Amino acid sequence: MNILSLLILIPIITVFGIAFSRSKNMVRIVALVGMSAQLLTAIVLMFSYYATRDAGVTAQMIFYQDIEWFKFLNIHYTVGVDGISVAMILLTGVVTFAGILASWEVEYLQKEFFISLILLATGVFGFFISLDLFLMFLFYEIAVIPMYFLIGIWGTGPKEYSAMKLTLMLMGGSALMTVGLLGLYFNSKGADGQLTFNILEIAKVNIPKSTQMFFFPFIFVGFGVLGALYPFHTWSPDGHASAPTAVSMLHAGVLMKLGGYGCFRVAMYLLPEAANALSWIFIILATISVVYGAFGVIWQKDLKYINAYASVSHVGLITFALMMMNKVTLDGAIIQMISHGLTTALFFALIGMIYGRTHTRMLDKMGGLMKVMPFLAVGFMIAGFSTLGLPGLSGFVAETTVFIGAFQHFDIFHRIATILVVSSIVIAAVYVLRMVGKLLFGPIVDEHHSKLKDAKWFEKISVGTLVIAIAGIGIAPFWLYNLISYSLTPIMSRLNEFSNLYTHIF
Amino acid sequence: MINYTYTVWIVLIPLFMFVILGLFGMKMRNSLAGILGSLGLFTSTVLSYITAYFYFFKVGPVDGVFQSVSAYNIEWLAFTDTLKVHLGVFLDPISVMMLVVITTVSLMCHIYSIGYMKGDTGFQRFFSFLSLFTFSMLFLVIATDIIQMYIGFELVGLSSYLLIGHYYEKPAAVAAANKAFIVTRFADFGFFVGILLVSFYTGTFDFTVLINGDGSIFAGMAAASFMGMNIITWAMLLIFIGGAGKSALFPLHIWLPDAMEGPTPVSALIHAATMVVAGVYLVARMFIVFHFQAPDALEVVAYVGAFTSLFAAIIAITQYDIKRILAFSTLSQIGYMILALGVSGYGGEEGVGYMASMFHLTTHAMFKALLFLGAGSIIHAIHSNDLRDMGGLRKYMPITFITFAIAVLSISGIPPFSGFWSKDEILAAAFEHNKIIYFSSVLVAGLTAFYMSRLFFTVFFGKKTEYHHTPHESPWVMTIPLIILSIGAAFAGFIPFNELVTSDGAVFESHLSMSIALPSIGIALLGIFFAFLLYYKKSNTPDKITTSLGFLYKTTLNKFYFDELYLFVTKKIIFNIISQSIAWFDRHVVDGSMNGIAWVIEKTSVKSKELQSGQLQQYAFIFVAGTIILVLCFAYLFN
Amino acid sequence: MIHGIPIQYFLIVSTIMFFVGVCGFIIRRNLITILMSVELILNAININFLVFNRYLFPHQLQGNFFALIVVAVAAAEASVAIALFINMYRRFNNIDVENISEMKY
Repeated sequence: MNILSLLILIPIITVFGIAFSRSKNMVRIVALVGMSAQLLTAIVLMFSYYATRDAGVTAQMIFYQDIEWFKFLNIHYTVGVDGISVAMILLTGVVTFAGILASWEVEYLQKEFFISLILLATGVFGFFISLDLFLMFLFYEIAVIPMYFLIGIWGTGPKEYSAMKLTLMLMGGSALMTVGLLGLYFNSKGADGQLTFNILEIAKVNIPKSTQMFFFPFIFVGFGVLGALYPFHTWSPDGHASAPTAVSMLHAGVLMKLGGYGCFRVAMYLLPEAANALSWIFIILATISVVYGAFGVIWQKDLKYINAYASVSHVGLITFALMMMNKVTLDGAIIQMISHGLTTALFFALIGMIYGRTHTRMLDKMGGLMKVMPFLAVGFMIAGFSTLGLPGLSGFVAETTVFIGAFQHFDIFHRIATILVVSSIVIAAVYVLRMVGKLLFGPIVDEHHSKLKDAKWFEKISVGTLVIAIAGIGIAPFWLYNLISYSLTPIMSRLNEFSNLYTHIF
Repeated sequence: MINYTYTVWIVLIPLFMFVILGLFGMKMRNSLAGILGSLGLFTSTVLSYITAYFYFFKVGPVDGVFQSVSAYNIEWLAFTDTLKVHLGVFLDPISVMMLVVITTVSLMCHIYSIGYMKGDTGFQRFFSFLSLFTFSMLFLVIATDIIQMYIGFELVGLSSYLLIGHYYEKPAAVAAANKAFIVTRFADFGFFVGILLVSFYTGTFDFTVLINGDGSIFAGMAAASFMGMNIITWAMLLIFIGGAGKSALFPLHIWLPDAMEGPTPVSALIHAATMVVAGVYLVARMFIVFHFQAPDALEVVAYVGAFTSLFAAIIAITQYDIKRILAFSTLSQIGYMILALGVSGYGGEEGVGYMASMFHLTTHAMFKALLFLGAGSIIHAIHSNDLRDMGGLRKYMPITFITFAIAVLSISGIPPFSGFWSKDEILAAAFEHNKIIYFSSVLVAGLTAFYMSRLFFTVFFGKKTEYHHTPHESPWVMTIPLIILSIGAAFAGFIPFNELVTSDGAVFESHLSMSIALPSIGIALLGIFFAFLLYYKKSNTPDKITTSLGFLYKTTLNKFYFDELYLFVTKKIIFNIISQSIAWFDRHVVDGSMNGIAWVIEKTSVKSKELQSGQLQQYAFIFVAGTIILVLCFAYLFN
Repeated sequence: MIHGIPIQYFLIVSTIMFFVGVCGFIIRRNLITILMSVELILNAININFLVFNRYLFPHQLQGNFFALIVVAVAAAEASVAIALFINMYRRFNNIDVENISEMKY
């Protein structure tokens, strides 16, 4: 059996396992076991990927499997991974595992909660392994739909509003995307004269420039909505603020990365000419995202809003890096996806845990938590420092790579955009330290907070996993580089074919 | 040839100590944690001294020039085939010198802290962060690579943040920690853009390539220009901003006085002896590039240094907080080091400024650490920072008194104490280069002598203050570091720096010039004399002078209102104007338009829903009316 | 019997009846009146059937039969409708068409 299909099968089995579980305890243990198995599979996948590459396999996608599914429209069940997908699958595995632990104490409709959560994860895993546009789109929808219920039912605050807003905006994005994907499909007539959804096949077709220019914005913006591209980012603060902990983690950590990954894998890879021609628009939007998001954070008072806006800023950096389109920035974009995924998941996990104790997320109602819950506080500081790009944690590696890559462009437009984006590291320091200072340091603001307990075992494992992953990337980034670098070559060569920018790389 | 690979342990041992104390410290007894931290650092110190011995004496100069050695090197990140980040150990005269200085001062502070921090709840945390800091600082000075230097800058910033915020329940400490981090982060932003520029044009991060004296790699940079200045000057200025932030040079100096909220050993180690000279070290590290490629930038460096030293010395006169006086004095002395670099030439006698700067860095580390630790000893005894609460302490604390006296004489530049020798070289360099800078430096020398003596006389002589309980001498763990450092402060001046640390690594002859030395001694004595008159006995003359100066005095006391200016910029402009308006814009315009679309759709659907009223009669009416209209139309058309 | 009477006369009567019925259907609020209007419409149609049968195809009977079917359907319809009305009246205490909007939307 193909290891990739296993990635879809395990969650489905887990869902059935949960459905037939009888006690509350059993539900969460089944979920945990299932997701641990999933994480393990992801790790095995990484090592077997390395092993396959070391054995000299040079195919672009490995563990490739192609089964005809729907003959009339030539839809296939096509799966396969390159290093980038492997990295994203690893990220998803880690975040899902931590997410299950972070929602250990969900009481209300617990079974349904875990089922929805794991369905969401299934969609994400499926998205990253599929190479057929139709299949990819299917998994995308599988990932988005449970979000509505997860926020609408288990959320806090104005949850119906947020759930509706999030779902509608994402659906709007996927409507645009559908147009784009169909556009790709109907222009995919290759040498054998058959229309196809297969990404690798479409990549061989030279779609005329005018067609590319027409469909590129559809796909890019469609995925960009999920990637919180300015000005389509407003679902993110509301959605994250209302979502329960694990959902925020998965959503900000992984689901938003579907956007970046889709932009990269579909929009840029299949429509390289349009990507080159239109990159300037999206560079401007991404630069706005980064700086605007960062400034937007400073004024926020709700912890989740803070992190949501910070996410807008950091996800903007992904789009920025993608659109700079050279090898270094693409490296950086992928690393930033992973880094941001882990960091923000850690942040949301901790915010959830703190909220579970203090029952407030307002900065001005809390203070001095360092003394009360040192473990959580230290975790929070690590997440903060990774956000502001401190060396030794993953944020630094990602940001440095992006900045150095982006600066390789010779012209003044790219330079100024880069410098503006670099300035966000200062603003990040301002908002992170302000938050950390108010929340963790200083005197205890609320009497009741002084009796709160520190993290429990499952919270410690959850936080610990993420911290280890973040520090692992920060201290030894080369393994991640090795994983993704090789896989970027075909995409880079396709982009460079049409590059009309003077890209100056040593 | 000696294998220097072991030097990597100088750096790694503190890192291990940090991890061990950080993870398991809470389960240890206080004394164990302290001793463990100090022992780790002692090992590092010994290794550093061995390295220095090997480097300077055992191997020594080859053909009269000290060779730089890449002792250890691993590839950490490869952006492209040529643009790679390496981590490793790079030994040359200045890095070896810094290893010795840092480990020495750090060891003294570790030992001192065992006494000073006794009974503190965060004792283990404190020691683990001290180890982290020492690691970061050592990591910074041995950088083989400009990115490693940047990483070091960030990490020392972090440890400084953590240590300033040691008393995290005090809001002032938290605010000071944030301020320190953010200001230095802002400076690092400049540094980073500088790195981007340099790496883009030269295609390397590697110091061995950047500073090997071959200027050809900068040709592209010198050729390109931006806004009327060539790129290399821009880049070096930006890099200098990074250094200026860490070294608290004007106008990025504002964080340093506030950083005194941290425990005193931290102030001694980080904010006097080691971290704040990171900027000086950075300029010294890239000196060859500054000098040959960007002389204009070097000129700026000189003036910034000179101005900072004067500016800070003036403020120091009026302050009352003992640690703040020392902080401003640190600013002033760092200004000295920077200006010495700025006025220096390259090679042999010309490079006297460079040598003087490094010399002064070393001696300053000794006497300033000593001053801070002495101040800590005083604060420990009387539980106050305020100069007005002190007086006549010489009887109660004899060891502190004597060591402090040595430090004051040293910083004032009285021979034969160490400060005199290094300061003299700086003045000589400034004299050769630029008379304005020279005169301002001489003035600063006088001011320094004055405010240090003011501090000294007020604390140890002067009025007899009534104390709650009789002050007593500190325990031996605190006094022994004082004694060791005072030996350093007294005799470090006799180290022959001209034979060890020079701009081009070559040995040159240095001689004391009486025409430079005599005026500086004279003005220092004058300063001490004035301070003696005003502060030896309690009198109201100082008060009279301050009231007569009025506005001038008040401005100086408030540090020329720089803090207020920064507060205005950050609180009012960034917070209230930019950030608040963006938050508003986002909620109301961007999100509002999204909600607006939803609103329009909803209203349309409500309106169109009314068409389907469920009233059969309405449908029938529409049906009939429609039929009639159609019939009429057809009748008209086909008639 | 009807020889000599032109067809228009019958048609005028049936048209008037038809539109009276339509008007009643649209305007009246009482369900029974509405039902009566429907009957009027049906009867107008019946007249048309018969008249056209008689004038156009005097030797065939389809029109007559159709009219009979309409009468039968109308009777069935009237009985079901009145049964409904009675139930409605019991439930809502009136049979005004505008008040019965429970199943609207």
